Amino acid sequence: MKIISAGKIIKTVSDLCIQANTVLRKDVLESLKAAVKSEKNIRAKKLLAAIIENARVAKRQKLAICQDTGLLCIFVEIGQEVKIRGDLKSVINKGVELGYRRGFFRNSIIKDPLSRGKSGYLPAIMHIDLVKGNKLRLTVLPKGFGCENKTQLKMFNPTAKIAEIKKFIIDAVEIAGPDACPPYIVGVGIGGTADYAAFLAKKALLKKITHHTKLEKDLLKEINKLNIGPMGLGGKTTALALNLETYPTHIAGLPVAVNISCHALRSASAVL
Amino acid sequence: MSGVIFTARDQAHKRLIEAIKNGKKLPLDLRGQIIYYCGPTKTPKGKIIGSCGPTTSSRMDEFTPALLKAGLAGMIGKGSRAKEVINAIKKYRAVYFLTYAGCGALLTKYVKKAKPIAYKDLGPEAIYKLEVKDFPLIVGIDTKGRGIYQMKPKFTER
Repeated sequence: MKIISAGKIIKTVSDLCIQANTVLRKDVLESLKAAVKSEKNIRAKKLLAAIIENARVAKRQKLAICQDTGLLCIFVEIGQEVKIRGDLKSVINKGVELGYRRGFFRNSIIKDPLSRGKSGYLPAIMHIDLVKGNKLRLTVLPKGFGCENKTQLKMFNPTAKIAEIKKFIIDAVEIAGPDACPPYIVGVGIGGTADYAAFLAKKALLKKITHHTKLEKDLLKEINKLNIGPMGLGGKTTALALNLETYPTHIAGLPVAVNISCHALRSASAVL
Repeated sequence: MSGVIFTARDQAHKRLIEAIKNGKKLPLDLRGQIIYYCGPTKTPKGKIIGSCGPTTSSRMDEFTPALLKAGLAGMIGKGSRAKEVINAIKKYRAVYFLTYAGCGALLTKYVKKAKPIAYKDLGPEAIYKLEVKDFPLIVGIDTKGRGIYQMKPKFTER
């Protein structure tokens, strides 16, 4: 049995929130650097260079990469042998608040979606999974809402052709157009139930963008033919990557969800 | 550009339009001014402003024609605008600018002064008066309604 204190979790979550918001993910930064080299459009090159410079400034000055420090999503894997001293959810929220205060990030969360009201940092959206072992893995993903607002879900017929599904995914990016800060990283979830497909599409964004399947590469190629480009001002870098997650589903269904991330794809992970 | 711009986003726009509709005095004189669609982070110690990049302009589309009618001269944001906004920009001879999207840290460099001047209860959505120097801008839609974004069919399905 491994015992983990509330204090340790609070500190770790706080540190992860700061890291995710100020230090751009290494694989994303590398992808942007490669894109600057391969981009032919002069303006697109300039805009990609500004994005890379922004990441440098943010890391050096400990500033938020983007002013939308998002709605903090946290993915927790608790080993079955782990015992937490304290109420896990309340401890996680304390860690998020501490991180967001220390980082001078933005209070972008309102308690009631209908009456709106004063904004704060909480609650975090938590996905908690019980796994084998004695470790606690915490992964934060501050999700900006410019791109979150472009999420799409479609319940296809189980006999739908792959071409229809591909069209839906590519159309989702085209509809987002210039508005969600391209170049994008596109998360796709296929299978499960409607809500699980959406969860998979979000979780797909946590995957490194260094290795992809043929289907992921094909979709990326088609998306980049849209020529939306950085800031939607043209260029072949409309998306840096597409990550796809699948899951078993019902014989009568084929849920497909698309969750787009802007180029400021921020996540950070730690294991206790 | 160098000079004064005012931040305003969703909730501030809603309030401004309510005030105009009810004939109430606005918290600032919009005539000749430029609004920047931005909700900055909190300001770290020793800095003038926190991360301050543009938010998605299209969410302010429904409020924009009335503000242009009230004398607003320009807007800074990111992304495309609806047809009604483009028509209003043409009619009132305003300009819509873009700035570096998702580059809130980089943009802090160009802000020399910042202070909330209205709707302070809205926190990051308050109206801030910003004094900027060499703030990078791209013309998104000019006074003749010519836009930098190619209008594809999908864009108009909003």
